[in-house]
Amino acid sequence: MAEAKYISNDKLTAWLDELAGKMRVLAPTRQGDAVVFAPYGPDHSLELAQEATAPPKSAVFPASEDLLRYDYRKNPENLGQVEVELLPTITPEPTLVFGSRPCGVRGFLIFDRVYDGATYKDPYYLARREATLFATVACEKAENACFCHSVGSAPGDATGSDVLLTPVAEGYVVEAVSERGTQLLDSALLDVAGDRAAAAQTLREQALQAMGEPQDFGPAQQKLLEIFDDMGFWEDVSAKCISCGACTYLCPTCYCFNITDENTGLTGRRVRSWDNCMSFQFTMEASGHNPRPTKAHRLKNRVGHKFSYYPALHEGIIACCGCGRCIKSCPVSVDIREIVTKAMAHQPPAAEEAAK
Amino acid sequence: MTENPKQSPLAANPYLPEIGTVVETIQETHNIKTFRVVLGSEERMQNFSYEPGQVGQLSVFGIGEATFVINSPPTRKEYLQFSVMRAGEVTTKLHSLTKGDRIGVRAPLGNAFPYESMKGKDIIFIGGGIGMAPLRTLLLFMLDNRKDYGKIRLLYGARSPQDMAFSYELPEWLERKDMETVLTIDREADGWEHKVGLIPNVLLEMAPKPRKAVAVTCGPPIMIKFTLQALKKLGFKDNQIITTLEKRMKCGVGICGRCNIGTKYVCVDGPVFSYEQLRELPNEL
Repeated sequence: MAEAKYISNDKLTAWLDELAGKMRVLAPTRQGDAVVFAPYGPDHSLELAQEATAPPKSAVFPASEDLLRYDYRKNPENLGQVEVELLPTITPEPTLVFGSRPCGVRGFLIFDRVYDGATYKDPYYLARREATLFATVACEKAENACFCHSVGSAPGDATGSDVLLTPVAEGYVVEAVSERGTQLLDSALLDVAGDRAAAAQTLREQALQAMGEPQDFGPAQQKLLEIFDDMGFWEDVSAKCISCGACTYLCPTCYCFNITDENTGLTGRRVRSWDNCMSFQFTMEASGHNPRPTKAHRLKNRVGHKFSYYPALHEGIIACCGCGRCIKSCPVSVDIREIVTKAMAHQPPAAEEAAK
Repeated sequence: MTENPKQSPLAANPYLPEIGTVVETIQETHNIKTFRVVLGSEERMQNFSYEPGQVGQLSVFGIGEATFVINSPPTRKEYLQFSVMRAGEVTTKLHSLTKGDRIGVRAPLGNAFPYESMKGKDIIFIGGGIGMAPLRTLLLFMLDNRKDYGKIRLLYGARSPQDMAFSYELPEWLERKDMETVLTIDREADGWEHKVGLIPNVLLEMAPKPRKAVAVTCGPPIMIKFTLQALKKLGFKDNQIITTLEKRMKCGVGICGRCNIGTKYVCVDGPVFSYEQLRELPNEL
């Protein structure tokens, strides 16, 4: 890291004003009961004290975006022929996500392995990813649903960020993590951190220590496959789920999407939208067959994807950033930590074993 | 976009279809229609490269996309053929397309039949209904490379004679000396001169020998279930049985996360799987 800098609380908005003059800045603000990322502007009321209700996922992966536009036209040379023209739509805007927590940024590292694949690359995602910088705020204290330390992260994790801010007395220690991050710190509003850098380091270490021993979810990779056919277990843990999908929409690592066409007369758009694997339609086939016919099957896939299938394909990395949003925002308090923990300890009933 | 005609446009943007043209349609049965499609230019068609078993996504802009096997073999590239059973919104709209209509094509996608490792072996094709489509690609490919393969036998079944797709080429297949063709329908029908009976039962009668043989089967799930049992009875091992799977798909390139069975994505790791591979996957077909 380059030399640490410091910004006092009273200069923070002035710095954001400066940054917003150079690029789109998304920063957390309160909207009713929720804290969400919104474009930073003159009337923006910054909310950094609380983890944002929704992660900054949409900065790089909008809830819906055009994959293409199409246009049906008569061929002037041959009026019986209708031509269709396709117009690609990739238009990334240089963006700074300011004030995410480390977990919100780590979600994109999970995306990257899928959207920047060896065979196929997603140009829409990659263009936005390249155009987006992250100035992340380290967590002073974990909230009760947090478990980032059990999935390879920490309250002061700078991985994937360009700048890390750590709260200290009256302001933040500001450290560049990437080359592009260094450029963001080129402002007269920032001072040299001096001794405060050590205080920031201590704060990050203490925040991690305060979380206690991390839980080892590694064995879940194999165990979830072993209990795949134990539908009694899955019916039990999914019993209260109402399939609303809040968990998927608020998850920084949930990357599944749907593609639909929206038609207006002779033109239209092919739209990609966040999809929700808790929905019955997600895998519903035109024949009427559904490989995941009940919520038990669907919750099993969601947990399996994050803690078994993804790690099996990606060097053991769990597709969960431990942010706890799915736990905090679930209307019926489904707790993914609890399900994985139960799964790892679960002994299939002997009768079912014998019947196999 | 880079203008390299040899490179698939899917490498630059896997979501952007090419615009093709329907050059011919064939009403196969009351609910199956075949489309012969050419891509933009003759040069593009020549450079379009794929392997038997690979699929494509067909688009009707304004309605959506769905996945179909390219059922014409790469040895016959005047057009790409897709046979579409009417089932949902996209397939219903596709059925309204006629000669000259433009159509979006994203292809080739997915894996292929292991036609290299099948060389020198006897092949038994077992197709039910629209499941004949992927088999047709490999069958024609093998007939076009006849010397590479041993005995070729085809068992094709449908509910009734009217439900039999590709009826216009069945006489040629029946007549050919270098393959054996057995057709069957579920129930007696006037004028039907071939077998009557369910596919697994007819297969047991045909009794293909498993030695140095590969069975390739595709059809409705219930047919596959009993065909697998019949093949086992005949002594076929799991790695001698090959099938193709279907799932609801969107992106077709392993990203959108809907067609997985455990760690495998049917759109990129499939649609072709050996029964041995399927047995290692979680039970979620």
